[in-house]
Amino acid sequence: MNLLQLSWKNIAFKPLNTLLSIVLFALGVGLVALLLLLKDQMEENFDNNLAGVDLVIGAKGSPLQLILSSMYHIDAPTGNISLKEARPFLNPKHPLIEDAVPLSMGDNYRNFRIVGTTQNILEWYDGAISEGKVWEQNFEVSIGAKVANDLELKLGDTFKSSHGVVTDEGVDMEHEDAESFKVVGILKPTGTVLDQLILTTPQSFWLVHDHDGEASATADEHDHEGHDHSTHDHGDHHHAEGTSGKPKSLLEENEEKEITSVLVKFKGHNFQALNMQRSINENTDLQAATPAIEINRLFELVSTVEQVLRALAIIIIFVSALSIFISLYSSLRDRRYELALMRVMGSSRSKLTMLIILEGLLLAFIGCVVGLLIGHGGMEVLSMSLEDSYRYNFSGSTFLPEEAVLIISALVIGFIASILPAVQASRTDISEILGEG
Amino acid sequence: MLQTQGLAYSYGNSEQLHFPDIECKSGEHWLLLGQSGSGKTTLLHLLGGLRSPKNGMVKIEDTVINKLSSAKLDRFRGQNIGIIFQQSHFVRSISVQENLALSQKLAGVRPDYQRIKEILDQLNVGHKIKSSTRALSVGEQQRVAIARALINKPKIILADEPTSALDDRNTTQVIELLEEQARAVDAILLIVTHDNRLTNIFDKQIHL
Repeated sequence: MNLLQLSWKNIAFKPLNTLLSIVLFALGVGLVALLLLLKDQMEENFDNNLAGVDLVIGAKGSPLQLILSSMYHIDAPTGNISLKEARPFLNPKHPLIEDAVPLSMGDNYRNFRIVGTTQNILEWYDGAISEGKVWEQNFEVSIGAKVANDLELKLGDTFKSSHGVVTDEGVDMEHEDAESFKVVGILKPTGTVLDQLILTTPQSFWLVHDHDGEASATADEHDHEGHDHSTHDHGDHHHAEGTSGKPKSLLEENEEKEITSVLVKFKGHNFQALNMQRSINENTDLQAATPAIEINRLFELVSTVEQVLRALAIIIIFVSALSIFISLYSSLRDRRYELALMRVMGSSRSKLTMLIILEGLLLAFIGCVVGLLIGHGGMEVLSMSLEDSYRYNFSGSTFLPEEAVLIISALVIGFIASILPAVQASRTDISEILGEG
Repeated sequence: MLQTQGLAYSYGNSEQLHFPDIECKSGEHWLLLGQSGSGKTTLLHLLGGLRSPKNGMVKIEDTVINKLSSAKLDRFRGQNIGIIFQQSHFVRSISVQENLALSQKLAGVRPDYQRIKEILDQLNVGHKIKSSTRALSVGEQQRVAIARALINKPKIILADEPTSALDDRNTTQVIELLEEQARAVDAILLIVTHDNRLTNIFDKQIHL
């Protein structure tokens, strides 16, 4: 029967008081842990996908929406731009631009976005083929690792795309008459957004959406069932002649054709490059947005909410510290005989101090452990719904170094909450108490 | 050996209580008699090191206990003095056995579960070894309290009014138990009481 065992028995002796203290503490710690995990994983997901993109160029609209849709594939695109407008940025001879990736979006297959793009996107996200090959011809697709895994797609499988960036329940917008896509390659996992994309040629998009194999899409901006599209034709889709075959470079395609956006990497971050964004926004019908700035703005929005929740968590922890203090302090009155008795049996004052402090630490420690379980459990539940909605990877089973800090802080709080009762216990006047009878 | 010289104590500003000098040898059984308010309990607390005297000294074997530091006195008390209070109190969150083990542990002695079992058996409460102390009857509580006072084989056993709440039959039984246990560890037994029923049993008496 050492002090730790005794302190454990003592807190277990008052189960309701103990439960209250632990539950309060666990709620506070759980909320803090959940916020830490959520923030860390969100930032990680955002950071992993920066991919060195300096500028995103697309249709006018919200810059944040442009970034979210083109880089993170979590919002609807702002609209489309014509090849005529986009072409200068895709030209390898552009003096300021090192590399550019065109993106055509607006279709999905079972909620995974199909993106019409060029093969150099793989270099940007460190993508590599795991099985099969890179898409070359129209209607060939290379799919991300997560797509392959979640949809159980194999090389040689074919599918028809559906309209919109997600498939609505009960609204079948499958391009029934269009040619089927064929899986020719599966990518290695990269930990980036690439894992959840279905990559094909930009021309495939036009072919799926074209009436008659001609550029009929006009740059109308109307919204169809709440979705923005790459092109807006939904009559009878039929095959155009020569749908297969290696497509031409976008530089040689009809300039009336449309794409959704262009990701741009600068050669150097000089004044001219930095000026490009402003000049695009002011002088053209296009919009250019800087990922770093927009993502920071998003984080600022999120951090306001986070701060409110964190303040709430701190208040809960404070209340729980108060509850530990009150429960220890009030127990002293009930226990004055037994504390005096412990002195009679040979315990020193410092041992009584330690006993009470151990009880406080134990309450805080258990509360903290339960809190971490709640935090991680909550994160696991949340990650399921987040993965459902955004397909990004979240997990409740990763641990952060900050959590060690959390445990230490919890112990410090338990210690502080128990100091006063502990000192009080050590001042027990044994003779007076035992003389009472 | 228990020895006191010129012991005096006062509560606050009230008049000093002076106590007669005491000298008890190992194995002797004494009765400390006095009316209520005569300072019996105060003297017991002074002898047990629960209070420090204003004047005089308490010597147990070769140790003047009122000169010991607080922590040393606590340790000394745990190892050498067993005290049985008028009312029995226990650490309520733990069992009878654990209370006795705690008593050993706090005195700096390794818990000896064999001895715990034996002493509880001797006192006829062996079957309550795993019970909560709240599940004991008053009589059982007193026996466990005696067991706890004796577990560390103290040199001195101090008992404060052990029989005040008992009928004649139980009084005899408890006194027999105390004497028997004191003999078993060759300790000085000093019973503080105003119970005249005991005066016939003990010939060594101190009157306050």
